[in-house]
Amino acid sequence: MLMDFFLSLTERLYSEKHEWVEIDGKLGTIGITDYAQEALGDVVYVQLPDIGAEFAKDDEVGAVESVKAASEVYTPLSGTIREVNTKLEEKPGLINKACYTDGWLFKLEYSKPDEIKSLMNEGAYQEYVKKAKDS
Amino acid sequence: MAYRFGQSIRTVKRAFRSFHFSACLLNEGNAGRTSLFEFHKRNGGKMVEFGGYLMPVVYKDLSITDSHIQTRERSSIFDVSHMLQTIVRGEDRIEFIESLTVADVQGLQDNQGTLTLFTNNNGGIIDDLIVTKTSDNFLYVVSNAGCREKDVDLMRTQLKALKSKGKDVSIEHLSESHSLLALQGPTAHKVLQSLVNYNLNDQYFMFSRSTEICGAYCRVTRCGYTGEDGFEISIPNEKVEEITEALLNYKESKVALAGLGARDTLRLEAGLCLYGNDIDETTTPVEAGLTWTIAKARRQRADFKGANIILKQIKESPPSRKRIGLRALTTGPPARGHVAVLDPNTNEKVGSITSGCPSPSLKQNIAMAYVSTGVSKTGTKLLCDIRGKQYEYEVSKMPFVPAKYYMPPKK
Repeated sequence: MLMDFFLSLTERLYSEKHEWVEIDGKLGTIGITDYAQEALGDVVYVQLPDIGAEFAKDDEVGAVESVKAASEVYTPLSGTIREVNTKLEEKPGLINKACYTDGWLFKLEYSKPDEIKSLMNEGAYQEYVKKAKDS
Repeated sequence: MAYRFGQSIRTVKRAFRSFHFSACLLNEGNAGRTSLFEFHKRNGGKMVEFGGYLMPVVYKDLSITDSHIQTRERSSIFDVSHMLQTIVRGEDRIEFIESLTVADVQGLQDNQGTLTLFTNNNGGIIDDLIVTKTSDNFLYVVSNAGCREKDVDLMRTQLKALKSKGKDVSIEHLSESHSLLALQGPTAHKVLQSLVNYNLNDQYFMFSRSTEICGAYCRVTRCGYTGEDGFEISIPNEKVEEITEALLNYKESKVALAGLGARDTLRLEAGLCLYGNDIDETTTPVEAGLTWTIAKARRQRADFKGANIILKQIKESPPSRKRIGLRALTTGPPARGHVAVLDPNTNEKVGSITSGCPSPSLKQNIAMAYVSTGVSKTGTKLLCDIRGKQYEYEVSKMPFVPAKYYMPPKK
């Protein structure tokens, strides 16, 4: 019951590696956070995982490249890739312009619902970013 | 996400490798600050540690690409005060600097400068630097921030050795007293002309002079590290903010602050080496494509450190590897430092990337690499292996973007 309630929340959740997740039924949509896109600057290339590929939580699944840096993307949940944002091939800058909407990276069918509990909510993530900035 | 700042700027000892780079910047520890530190912060500079100093990598209103284009089309101001400025005085100053470098300083005209190298006994490069023979009885030397400690040691040790032989030399580092600004871009001469009372048309590339700017005694050298026309201006610390403001206030075209990010993409397009990435103590000038820095007079005298190895590479046995430029033939991720370069025929590794980025001017990925001499010819097709996928590149001439230095008319 409680789990169902949890899954129906559209609240965005966050990983310590600055990925965000939105849960919708069996699928999690994943992208990088505003903090991450701002740190990277102009994104010029996005390498996305293959559809159907299976990954465990924290596996490297792709990369985001900006002018100044390469940054690996890790999946915050275990599961199977069901969809990738092909618009990013032509317009990688969507990650800078709209990281939480049009700039999403991939959708995954998660296999371990318990892992969702380990992610941070908005408040906890903001606190986490603030700490990172202040430390 | 694991965050790596462009491999090219990775030479810093404490390279930040996570998104917590803002944490690094606020964890100021023992990193130095230039006189413009507060000014950069007020102007939205994102500060990162580089060469032991907290320096702006980018400013909030301009992305690296914006800043890069601003420099190519108008002009930008870079704070390069982290670099080591040294004055060498004394009757034997030329003997001193020539004993450490490959330059013919004696043969320079008054107020002319040259790019040169500190070499070691194995023919490796300890640092790259600019030496200017001023008409005021001193040499003006600018070397890399990241090499500060070893450069100071090298110079002090040699100073002691020469002094013990009764030579007349003294050195003074300007770190505590002087800042250094680079004003770079096609409008740089107009911008600077508004603040100096001599005609900049008479000052060619690599020539230097002292002058008054905003009432301060400064040294202006027509040089830079972007491939554009421009100037490096050595300024007393107490006046640097005022002069920076004065340059930014130029009314006829926009002048903007630019950080290390754009400096890196600009120098890479210009085919210029970043010490620690593209050259270091294990690369010889010949391998690095810097043979031209070894002056004729010095080759004849064969009196520089590592001369036996370097001259042998020039005359008899060319080195087995060479620094080359690469251009991507397809879109894809930029090949950055440490990426393996493969021969497409054999799929064997023939070299590695030392610097790489998406070129904002060319809108294609460019890189520098050391590869086997056999595959170093312009036009040779090679593969770069990035995260297990291979992308086609082609050996390209450098600079990737034509240099715009203000050269004297050809006679």
